[in-house]
Amino acid sequence: MTSPLTPPRKSSSPTLLLRGLRKAYADVQAVDGLDLEVAKGECFGLLGPNGAGKTTTIEICEGLTTPDEGTVEMLGLNWRTGADELRQRIGIQLQETQFPEKLTVEETLRLFRSFYRHGISVDESIRTAQLEEKRRSRVGGLSGGQKQRLAMACALVGDPELLFLDEPTTGLDPQARRHLWDLVDGLKQAGRTVILTTHYMEEAERLCDRVAIMDHGRVIALGTPQQLIATVGGEDIVEFAVTHTEPGSHQPIRGVVDAAELIAIPGVQSHRVDAALHQLSVTELHNSVPRIFAELAAQGLHLSEFRTHSATLEDVFVRLTGRNLRDE
Amino acid sequence: MNKFRLGSLFQLTMVRFRLLSREPEAIFWIFVFPILLALGLGVAFRNRPADVLPVAATTPQLVQALAADNGLKARLLDGSSGTRALATGSILLLAIQQPAVVAYQYDDTNPDARIARLLADRAIQTAAGRHDAVSAQNQLVHETGSRYIDFVVPGLLGMNLMGSAIWGLGFAIVEARQKKLLKRMVASPMPRWQYLASFLLSRLVMLVIEVGFFLGFAGVVFGVPFRGSLWQLGFLCALTSMAFSALGLLISSRARTMEAASGLMNVVMLPMWIFSGVFFSASRFPAVIQPFVRALPLTAANDALRANMLQGTGLSHLAVPVAILFAWFVVPFAVSLRIFRWR
Repeated sequence: MTSPLTPPRKSSSPTLLLRGLRKAYADVQAVDGLDLEVAKGECFGLLGPNGAGKTTTIEICEGLTTPDEGTVEMLGLNWRTGADELRQRIGIQLQETQFPEKLTVEETLRLFRSFYRHGISVDESIRTAQLEEKRRSRVGGLSGGQKQRLAMACALVGDPELLFLDEPTTGLDPQARRHLWDLVDGLKQAGRTVILTTHYMEEAERLCDRVAIMDHGRVIALGTPQQLIATVGGEDIVEFAVTHTEPGSHQPIRGVVDAAELIAIPGVQSHRVDAALHQLSVTELHNSVPRIFAELAAQGLHLSEFRTHSATLEDVFVRLTGRNLRDE
Repeated sequence: MNKFRLGSLFQLTMVRFRLLSREPEAIFWIFVFPILLALGLGVAFRNRPADVLPVAATTPQLVQALAADNGLKARLLDGSSGTRALATGSILLLAIQQPAVVAYQYDDTNPDARIARLLADRAIQTAAGRHDAVSAQNQLVHETGSRYIDFVVPGLLGMNLMGSAIWGLGFAIVEARQKKLLKRMVASPMPRWQYLASFLLSRLVMLVIEVGFFLGFAGVVFGVPFRGSLWQLGFLCALTSMAFSALGLLISSRARTMEAASGLMNVVMLPMWIFSGVFFSASRFPAVIQPFVRALPLTAANDALRANMLQGTGLSHLAVPVAILFAWFVVPFAVSLRIFRWR
């Protein structure tokens, strides 16, 4: 098993190497001392809430933003001396590109194909992005998911060794999202190195070999999704809310839980409350749940909500920052 | 330069044509609007036979004397109703018989009334027996090239070249920037100069169609003359279009929103619509502002186009406007390349 801090070595030098990256905008330190290594063939995820510095980091890698400090090395090249070569060898999907609405899918791809010395044919890129039926449709008439797949096709048309996807599924409906995931799966299988940003935990868990969780411009956790989830301390999360009815009253009121008694239950690792919703991270769900029920009953409390789920990267973020990912 | 590089320039230029041809409004403004304007002005300012001026007199003798002139239409009115007719503009002049003299009532700030005064006096003096000291003869000239439509067509051509270049380039670039397409393009290996060159190239090709269509129409329908070399006229149109394209590039080199760009374009074009002699000669403006008026690219363009079409002047005699246009091409282009915001 490899250490979470170094990527699995599939080649002698990493495909992407970032050292001491810093970038400040007028009043925000967007990236605050970032080191990363991504190996060839890896699918690497930058995960974090909006404003964590994911896009700034990826745009520094893409040569669109110049860092205040630090170095970027990609494919053995850097932006100062090898910019033209790098642009030929990387593929890019930006967060919010709107392609000209009155061009067709095929015309757009033919334009982008003409920028690259080597690459796949326009037909092949259309096939990869599964846009065959839309080939002669105008971009303005495509759905959100189709537009995103077109952006993906534009990123692939130069047959890149390294692919950057910035929030590829943001704003898509669940079906379109799964469709795009299948596409990225295919790219991974073809052995491409992919770096993507997302604020969807499930997306990172589903697609990424390794994940860096970012917050306030720094990496706060790095590893495989399984390694990161293991740091939560339990495999499962129990969530519940309780009410309490005073003797002689029929009006249930919010119950007060004695947390110390809950922590004392074998298998319960931690407890936190967020907006009256209690969260326990537990191991051996089948043993601890009956004991939790018993303890709450002993405290004279009624359950108004109760659910369990396997621990996710979301829980990792919550544990590390005390905030939810989708909180602004 | 290897093949793939030119291939991308070709693709970029083709994209410009495709986008333009799929924009019905653009086709209207570039092709239909100038022709409608020329048609409207041609009809409004067509040359008519000289007007017959309405006048009146207080005695039948005077009316008879006035009626002898073809340029006047005279009737009999007494003093008070004559004054009323003058006030309402139904006559331009009232000739009043007084004991010793003939008095003319007219408004000397009205050019037509001044002409009526000259004609009326001549008619009355002739009727009273005056003889011309020198015999004179009229030779009438209605030459093409001196009509208003001949004057206005080169002006409309210049104005149209300005509009299509500045609007065409400015809006397309700012839209691409606003929609983050520009950012996506520079993240690809596209050579940046090719992106800008594709606008100039497509402009030059569109120019042939646009100018040919408009001047062909003006030539066939109004018989506007083409006295200079057509090649030189083509060169002047191309130079004009490149100068305004460079200006459009400069306007759009920083603007992030369509609103900002649109405001800037109006600020740049408005003085030229007013001062550059599209509808009337730029030399009518006071001498103090003439250096400013002469330095405007549209003034130079209109002067050069008129000299070529109406007087058949060769390029060697148009060095000044050509130099002004060339400067307007080089300087804004160089500046915008330096300050262009690619994202």
